[in-house]
Formats: sequence, structure tokens, C-alpha cells
Amino acid sequence: MVRYLKYLTPLVVFLVVVWFLGRGLYLNPREVPSPLVDKPAPVFSVADLHRPERQFSSEKMMGQVWILNVWASWCRACRDEHPLFVDLGRKNIVPIVGLNYKDQRGDALEWLRALGDPYVASAYDVDGRVGMDFGVYGVPETYVIDKQGIIRYKHIGPVTAKSLETKVVALVKELQQ
Amino acid sequence: MIPEIGHYALILALSMAIIQSVLPLIGAQQAKASWIAVARPAAQGQFAFVLVSFGCLTYAFITNDFSVQYAASHSNSQLPIEYRIAAVWGGHEGSLLLWALMLAGWTFAVSILSKNLPDEMVARVIGVLGLVSVGFLLFLLLTSNPFDRLIPAALDGRDLNPLLQDPGLIIHPPMLYMGYVGFSVAFAFAIAALLSGRLDAAWARWSRPWTTAAWCFLTIGIALGSWWAYYELGWGGWWFWDPVENASFMPWLIGTALIHSLAVTEKRGSFKNWTVLLAIIAFSMSLLGTFLVRSGVLTSVHAFATDPARGVYILGFLAVTIGGSLFLYAVRAPSVSKGGEFSMLSRETLLLSNNVLLVVACGTVLLGTLYPLLLDALDMGKISVGPPYFNSVFVPLMMPLLFLIGLAPFVRWKKANLGELARLLRWAFCVALVVALLLPFTMGEWHWMVSLSLLMAMWIIVTAMLGFIRRVKRGNGLKGISMSYYGMQIGHLGMAVFVIGVAMIGGYQTEKDVRMEIGDVTTVGGYTFRFDGVVEQAGPNYQATRGYIQVMKDGKNVMLMHPEKRIYNVQTMPMTEAAIDSGFTRDLYVSLGEPVSGGAWSVRIYHKPFVNWIWGGCALMALGGLFAICDRRYRIASRQRKEAEKRKMATANQGSSGDVTGTAAVAREAKA
Amino acid sequence: MKSRHKRMVFIVVGLAALAGAVGLIMNALQSNINHFFSPTEVHANAAPTDRSFRLGGLVEVDSVQREDDGLTVHFRVTDNAETVPVTYTGILPDLFREGEGVVAQGKITSDGVFMADEVLAKHDETYMPPEVAEALEKAELAKAEAANGATAVEPAAVQPAAQPQEGI
Repeated sequence: MVRYLKYLTPLVVFLVVVWFLGRGLYLNPREVPSPLVDKPAPVFSVADLHRPERQFSSEKMMGQVWILNVWASWCRACRDEHPLFVDLGRKNIVPIVGLNYKDQRGDALEWLRALGDPYVASAYDVDGRVGMDFGVYGVPETYVIDKQGIIRYKHIGPVTAKSLETKVVALVKELQQ
Repeated sequence: MIPEIGHYALILALSMAIIQSVLPLIGAQQAKASWIAVARPAAQGQFAFVLVSFGCLTYAFITNDFSVQYAASHSNSQLPIEYRIAAVWGGHEGSLLLWALMLAGWTFAVSILSKNLPDEMVARVIGVLGLVSVGFLLFLLLTSNPFDRLIPAALDGRDLNPLLQDPGLIIHPPMLYMGYVGFSVAFAFAIAALLSGRLDAAWARWSRPWTTAAWCFLTIGIALGSWWAYYELGWGGWWFWDPVENASFMPWLIGTALIHSLAVTEKRGSFKNWTVLLAIIAFSMSLLGTFLVRSGVLTSVHAFATDPARGVYILGFLAVTIGGSLFLYAVRAPSVSKGGEFSMLSRETLLLSNNVLLVVACGTVLLGTLYPLLLDALDMGKISVGPPYFNSVFVPLMMPLLFLIGLAPFVRWKKANLGELARLLRWAFCVALVVALLLPFTMGEWHWMVSLSLLMAMWIIVTAMLGFIRRVKRGNGLKGISMSYYGMQIGHLGMAVFVIGVAMIGGYQTEKDVRMEIGDVTTVGGYTFRFDGVVEQAGPNYQATRGYIQVMKDGKNVMLMHPEKRIYNVQTMPMTEAAIDSGFTRDLYVSLGEPVSGGAWSVRIYHKPFVNWIWGGCALMALGGLFAICDRRYRIASRQRKEAEKRKMATANQGSSGDVTGTAAVAREAKA
Repeated sequence: MKSRHKRMVFIVVGLAALAGAVGLIMNALQSNINHFFSPTEVHANAAPTDRSFRLGGLVEVDSVQREDDGLTVHFRVTDNAETVPVTYTGILPDLFREGEGVVAQGKITSDGVFMADEVLAKHDETYMPPEVAEALEKAELAKAEAANGATAVEPAAVQPAAQPQEGI
């Protein structure tokens, strides 16, 4: 028996390593609940992306449920999730505001022309100050904000069809009632 | 249309791989000749389909087809054609497709170069390789399809990361993957041997050239990566111990142990279980490396939170393949016969020490790489393990290994005489010692670390020469020396050259960060550098600020160096392009920092003695491997075996003569 | 008999080698691990003062200043709650920018300035060092709690901890 145990050692060691790797996949700081959830969304007012001479102010959105989608034309993952927002925009369920983060205006407008523009308004956060207030640490990120201007949900990274439907849209419908 | 063909070819390759694994494995187990015969054509078919698929993706890149999502994210119409091709493996999906292509390529090579091996063995090897292929093709198709369309198509692509726009990066990944994937052949041989229960010297002989070939590619791949980091990252370092580098270094360490342990198994029939285990571990390390790099578990934040499917898949694949193999090992290993006896002082013992040192070294790298992850998983805080850890553990482990390299070739198999060895080698040691003590003085300063490293390097060089002279005298001149002997000595000399490079860099490199106004002069390593200002210049897809630096020695102009600072148009990412003057005994390395004020720049200047010896040493090691593969005895032995098989067939005797021929070969070898 | 004896020697030598290696590794790990701290933790005196550690956060906007020698740089690292002044001499990495993530390695002096001997920035545009991301999240959380409990007793616990740092 002891003879056989010796040969089992590599397998046991390997399984321990796999267990750690598995935990490493899930336990890393990637799914931290955002501290801003259930707190009032920071109020901001920055230049409009399409019309530089005009300001976009988040106060305009008070009294309705809305979605804030942080994106940039240099961000690869934004491209992955964008078609989902274009779809959502067509359905007219909820207004989506785009926050164009640390981008070049020309690139951003070109990007929207090519991929579609689902946003009722686009804020141009050229130096990332609004992003900083929201605690954005990477793009894309998506926020659901309720009628009282409270952040009710934050999604880090690109949304998928499933997460958009089950988390974002479901919550929006609930909040709209 | 073309991308759809590529996608379809990939699906066909998957079904081919399933056939390639299922039929031959079952056929070999139940001795069905017709099923066994499927192995070779299926492997060749699978290779053809993966090749078509890869060709289609390359076509999309060359023709700037930005309706393919993957091309749109990694290429750009401004990108020069050679980088558009290199961009095919510049991202996750493409590099996996390259992995699959390499795997199919190795399988293809096995199918055509194995004419001399018993069909049943080949069927098992190809079957196991097919299983690995199935895993990777499924991974591609399920989680990382490179042919996904982007609708509407992008006007232009997001461009290749500027760091990757470099000639070194065109060949580095294919070489590295050739090495990684090559260990799958050694793995497949090991599993086939466990399955058939024929774990003998003949098996070691068949799998040796394959393992050595994979090891050569891996050596070249790692050296290229290190060279690339040296000139492209602008820091002048040649090794950073970062997780991605470690991921490629761990299979190398185990692979090196494996090629030495295979030598013992082939010549003496010993260490069979250990060799099989090493073959499995070498491949696990390749898979683990792929997991660490591709899952983003060690490096990035977003890559993973968004798509755990990839990491989970690779981990699952790792668990099934390696877990399954180790289980098979646990079942079969206890019944494997022990090899020949050997005494405390024998070549077997020294090679065993080599193996222990290399495996422990790999263990320390693994620990250093995974330790931060481990603490994080246990919620014990965030830490990082830096180069000091690796250096302080690695160097003491390598010193005895270097000593063994010089010693072992003189030690007899089975039992050696200490007195005889000492008499033989004392002068060699004295020569090495004197050179090592004196040489550092010619460089200006004496460091004990440099001296110790030089002692080991000189020891290897002097003993290699001594061994060579003895061989020439004893045998009939140069003709009597086998290719594998040349291979061994060249490989070991490569190690010595590498050590000299590392020691010299460690002890004598000089670096200077200076602020230079136009006309300012500074002296580094005996050379005088004058800053003559910068000029704006446009590249094909970037804007460059090109520096002019005049280098002088002894009052004479030697050359003009042009370090650059580039801004790439699409990703607006700044890049430092160092100017390097390479020489046999030193490199001059100049890179631009930032503009400071009034036309002045911060400039980094390095004098790096013997830095090229580091990569030169690696090239020599790989060359040694190449010599070893070319040894005649692999061909002769397999021809003899084939004849033996034929004779066996003729007498229609179904006995297992494999072991007999194997041991006969060993006996012949031992006598010679 | 003889072979058993030989085997014992092998095992003893093997174990000795293993023990040596383990000792070497543990020692190296003990002395060469870099712990990571955020500016908030530095202000709370959680970071060691006698050995080097890693400091991570964002480079505060408009905080980068260069001395006349062109090589010594001063900037502040922030996690949006606290900031730590950093001094570094040398050439900064390509992707070092204001408002972007950074990790600096070095020691903190008695007057609260972090003397960095190495500055690491990210490798590409979309990458943020995981430690930095977590530090930012934590600071955000603390800030939100502080803001939330402005009328309650909560902030008292947060504020004084940061205070003594100034005096030392």
C-alpha cells in the first residue's frame, strides 16, 4: 500500500495547485461590490461630445431612471459590448447616457458613426475627472441610476447579453414602477 | 466568405482530431490493425485543416478585412505587411490558433518521421496528441473564435500594440510555441508507454530526439524573448522574472532535466518512472504557462472578470489531462522494473543530482510566481515577489549544477573511481581557478561573485577541451566522435558562454541617467557621448523624435547613434526605441527619456560588457541540441529495430520482443 | 544489505538537500517580499518605516514637478482619499502619466516623503495593476462611509488615524 502511495504524491500535489489556481480565478479583487452603490451619483457637468459649445449636466436626468455607460474609442472591450447597447437603445426602454472617457473627440465621433449611437446624450470627459468621481478604474463600466439620482447598480467590464438582460434591464424595469 | 471557410476548416479539424484520438487508441488497445492504420492519415488531415484555417486568418489580416472582429482589434491598414502577418498571433485568439497549428504540425511530423517505429506505438502517440488537439480546438471554437464577424465592419483596425511591432516579435512567439507544444510529443510518448506497459530503453531512444528538438525551440524562443525585452522595453534589462517569462522558463528547466534523465533511461535502463514523470511535468508546465498567460489570472484586472469561461476552460483542461496522466502514472508506475544498479559515485548519481537541482529550481520559480496568488486566495494580503527572491534562490542552486556539468562527462556509468577522477581533473581545475581569479582584474575591479561564476564557466570550458582531446587520442581521430558527443559539449559550452555573459553584466555594467543639453558631453565605460539634439521624423505608422548622439573614443568619432521616442498614430502610445551598438565584448545602449527644458533631454546611457554572450550562449545550447538530434545511432537503431520487427513478423511469433531488443541495444551500447 | 545501506545514504543526502533548499527559499521569501500599501494605509501608519514596500494609486493630476537637473521628479500618488508625495530620480517609464495608475517601490522617510527607487506603470492602455484597482476601491469605500456617516459617530474612527502622520 505504501508503495502505491508514493506514486500518488504527484497527483495530490497537482490537485492542490489546481485548487489554488481555481480559487485565484474567482477570489481576486475583480468582483468587489462598488462602494458607490446605493449612494447618490456624483453630479457633473461637462462638454457635450457632439456639440462642444454645449454642456451636458447630469442634473437633467433627475426624475427618471437612466443608464450611464463609460466608454472610449481606444477600449477594445467597449467594442464588444457596444452592439448590445445599440439594441437596447432601439427598444426605447430607458435613456442611456454615454460618458466618453479620456478620448479624442474625432476618434469618438468616428467610432459612434461606424458602430451606431445608442446614447440620448454623450458627455465628453476628456481629462477623466468625472470618471474619477465615479471611481471608474477602467473602461467600460455601466451604472444604473434611479429617479432620485441614486446609483443602484454598477457593472465593471463589458456587459454580456445575459448580464444586460438579467441585471441591468430587469433592475431598470423594477425601478421604473 | 474566406473567414467562414477558415471557421469551417477549424470545425473539420476538430472532427478529424476526434477520429485521430478515438480510433487509434481503441485500436491499439484491442489490436485492431485497421483502426490503428487510421492514425497517420487522420493526423495529416487534421494538420491540413488547421493549416487552411490559419491561412484564412492570415488572409484576413493581409487584406485588411476589418469585418473580422479579431483583425479589427489587432491590425490596422497603416501597419506594414510583415507586422500584419505577425499580428495574426498578436492577440489571444490568434496565438491559440498558432498553438493548435504547431500541435498539428508536430503530430504531422510524428506521422511521417515514425516509419521505423511499431505501428501500435505510433497509433498511441498520435492518439494522445489527438486528445490534446481536441482540447485546444474546442477551446478555440467555444471561447475564442478568431473568425467572429464584426457587423458593421470597422473602418479601420485598432492596430497592433506598438510594443509588438518589432522583428523580434515576428519570430519569438512561433519559436516559443514550437517549444511548448513540442513537449506534448514527449508527453504523448510517455503516456503511450504507460498505456502499453512497454516502458523500456527503446522507448527512451524514440522519444529522445523529439524531446531535444522541442527543447531547442524553447531555448531559442526564450532567448529571443529576452533579447526583445532588452532592446524594445528601453530598460536594458535582459531578464525580469515576471510571471510571463517564468511561465516559459519553468518548462525549460524541467525539459532540461528530462533530456538528461532520458539519457540515463536509454543507456542504462534506470530512472524509468522518474523520466516518465518528468515528461508529464514538462508538458504540465507548458499548459500551466498557457493558463497563467492566457487566463490573465496574474496580470490583468478586466480580462478575467468579464470572461471567466476562458480561465475555467483551461484550468479544467489542465485538470483533466494532467490529472488523468498522473492517475495513470500512479496505477502503472509501481509495476515498472528497476534499472541497473549503480554506486554512489557514478554518472547515474551525478545526473540524478542534476535532475534534483533542476526540479528544485523549477519549484522555486513556481513558488515565487504563484505565491502572490496563493496569499491572495487565502486573503492574506497583497504582495509581490521581485527579482531579489529569484536571484538569491536561483544562483546558489545553479553553482553546483555548473560544477557537475564539467565533472559528469568524465565519470563512468555504474561506478567511478574518485582518485582517478581527481588525478585527471586537478590541472583543469587549477587552470580554471587561476583564470577566474585573474580575469576580473583586467576589467578593473574584483568581485567574488564574478570570480566564482567565471570559475564555473572556465571549469566547463577547460574540461570540455580536455574531454575532447582525450576522445581524439583514444579513438581514431575526429571521425570516431559521435554527433551526440559534439552536441553535449557544444550545449555545455553554450552554458559556460551564457554564464560569462551574466557574470560580466552583473559585475561590470555601467549606467547613467543624465540631463543633456545640445552639445553636452558625458563619459560612460570609456566612451564619450555628445548630444547633438533631436529631429522630428515620420515613420510608416508613427511620429518619431529622433535623437542624434555622437560617440567618441580617444578623441576620435566612432559612430552616430539614433535613439527614438515614437508616438504611434492609432493607439497614441509613446514608445522608447533604444539605439544599440552591438559588439562582441560590449554593447552601447542609448535611450531617450523625456524632453526637459530648452531643448534638453534626459538620456539613459548604458555600457554593457559581454551582454551578447547571454544570447550567444543560448544559441550554442540550441545548436548542441541540433547536433544531438542528428546522431547516427537514432537512425541506425531504428533501422535495426525495423528489421527485427520484420523478422518477428516472418516467424509470426507474437511474443513481446520489444524489451529484448531494447536491452540488447543497451548491452551493445554499454560495451562500446 | 549493501544496497539498503546505499539507499539510506541516498535518502539522507536527498533530505539534507531538500532541507537546505527549503531553508534558502523561506529565507529568500521572508526578506524579499514586497508588501503593497495604498496612500490611505500609509497615512494610517500601516506601512513599515524601516524597509521598502510598494505604493500604488493614481498619479495626481497637475502634481508632477521636475527639478532643474531634469532627472529628479516629484509627484503625488493618490487613491482619491489620501495622497503621498513621491520623489524619484531617473527616467520614468513610457506610460507614466498624470491621472493614470502607477506603482512605486521604495522607502518612506521620516517627513512622509516616499523615496522611490523604481517606478512601474502599466504595459498598455487598458491595463491597470490589480493592486492599484483594489486600493482605489477600498479608498472609495472608506470615503463613501465617511460621507455617509457625517452626522453619525463613524468618521471619528477614520480621521484621527490619519492625524499623527503629520507630526512625525
